[in-house]
Amino acid sequence: MSTFDGPAMRRFLEAFADRLRERREELTQLDSAIGDADHGINMDRGFSAVRAKLDELVEADLGGFAKGVGMTLISTVGGASGPLYGTFFLRLATSFSDRASVTPQELGQALRAGLDGVRQRGKAELDDKTMVDAMSPAVDAYEAASGDGIGPALTAAAMAAAEGRDRITPLVARKGRASYLGERAANHQDPGATSTTILFESLRDAVAES
Amino acid sequence: MKKLMNAADDMVDEALAGMTAAHGDLLRVIEPNVVVRADAPRQGKVGVISGGGSGHEPMHGGFVGLGMLDAACPGAVFTSPVPDQMLAATKAVDGGAGVLHIVKNYTGDIMNFELAAELAQADGIEVTAVVIADDVAVKDSLYTAGRRGVGGTVLAEKIVGAAAEEGQDLAAVTALCQRVQDNVRSMGIALSSSTVPAAGKPTFEIGDDEMEVGVGIHGEPGRERRKMGSADEITEALLTPILDDLPFSSGDRVLAFVNGMGGTPLIELYVVYNKVAQMCADRGLTIERNLVGSYITSLEMAGCSITLLKLDDEMTRLWDAPVNTAALRWGV
Repeated sequence: MSTFDGPAMRRFLEAFADRLRERREELTQLDSAIGDADHGINMDRGFSAVRAKLDELVEADLGGFAKGVGMTLISTVGGASGPLYGTFFLRLATSFSDRASVTPQELGQALRAGLDGVRQRGKAELDDKTMVDAMSPAVDAYEAASGDGIGPALTAAAMAAAEGRDRITPLVARKGRASYLGERAANHQDPGATSTTILFESLRDAVAES
Repeated sequence: MKKLMNAADDMVDEALAGMTAAHGDLLRVIEPNVVVRADAPRQGKVGVISGGGSGHEPMHGGFVGLGMLDAACPGAVFTSPVPDQMLAATKAVDGGAGVLHIVKNYTGDIMNFELAAELAQADGIEVTAVVIADDVAVKDSLYTAGRRGVGGTVLAEKIVGAAAEEGQDLAAVTALCQRVQDNVRSMGIALSSSTVPAAGKPTFEIGDDEMEVGVGIHGEPGRERRKMGSADEITEALLTPILDDLPFSSGDRVLAFVNGMGGTPLIELYVVYNKVAQMCADRGLTIERNLVGSYITSLEMAGCSITLLKLDDEMTRLWDAPVNTAALRWGV
């Protein structure tokens, strides 16, 4: 696949919504260990709402599609995940603008803009033990491999996200509710980094399917 | 899980419908799930709104009414509300004098209120925000999300709501709210876990002989897990860090608030209050006002929290001012 377009975006969001539904309990369980036991429930609610709008959203250009996703998430997810994932898709929207499809490099620019938005909204840096620790290496890996095409670049991104997710498990959290735990958050897998890894795996598989 | 519910997903909506049916003289519920004072907006009056996850009742919806909140935004259980709710609330209560957002310090609440404030300001409504962060169980440092907002929120909403009711302007109401925040400290303890309806099982495991000292109102673990102690030992474990933190010193006048977490009977709260009164007297503090009862809860969690607010004359006067809400009512 040489470009990323509306149908690919749709497959990505369907795959992500499916997996969040399947792994809802797992995400909630991870969150109950170091947070407030709602991550799987909230993500499932938000992306189910997105799924219900896909027929309508896919009619728009890529920017309009991503904006619709972001606004839906902000209105339905709540918690910290709503503004964070919502901001991610709103920044994708600005980057995609009115294009019907984008090149591998342009998709990389959009993902970078999404990451920057998440960092600004959450004021989180690397090693704070948040979703940024999965998203940041994923975007780096994507950019490094984007010359090979979207498929290989997303494969590298998904792998890097999973590595980032696992790398921070031993750490003490410095942002979000897990930060209240101090040392007790160490050696727990981070729920936000986990859902971000699922996002990149869904994106990878949506592109591979075409 | 045993709960009085029909379906977990309907719980918040059905509870709001119940509140409307019970307290239609005080409040109404508008889309998308905002509890608004029945006579809002009041022209020329600063609007005071708050919000947060559901499951802490009566906070915040039970505090909507004369002399307290103009609107409350309930999210899903233990989940912060979405910006659409705070935007709708802000518009519904704006009487041309601006709107204060009282926000508890949780990452999600902060982000969703910030988004709403940006949208409201874009619509030409003046919005200020004060973040309540009074839980001394959490270390406040650059490396954490900071202290959680807990019991101090109830006191801030009462005192600040009274100031807005008597016609103070947005700057004064905002400064007063910050002054309450700067002078209030809290800490809580759990004897049992709550169960989020949609999750279906307890948020944390805790043995029959254990207690979680410094617990948060969403069942977030606190400072340490300890063997169960007596009411006096528990009260000391909660009140000593509070007294040392501000610090409260001899001669201070305080409001002492002993709060139930939802699953603890009032008789136990009075046993705790008895020890609070003794300890305050020993330290030379005068308890000028008090509040005992379950006002900021964590579903069916057993346990309590203690909050101390260092009072000044204005705060005491505003605490005594008339209030007419579902949960607090005096002077009317």
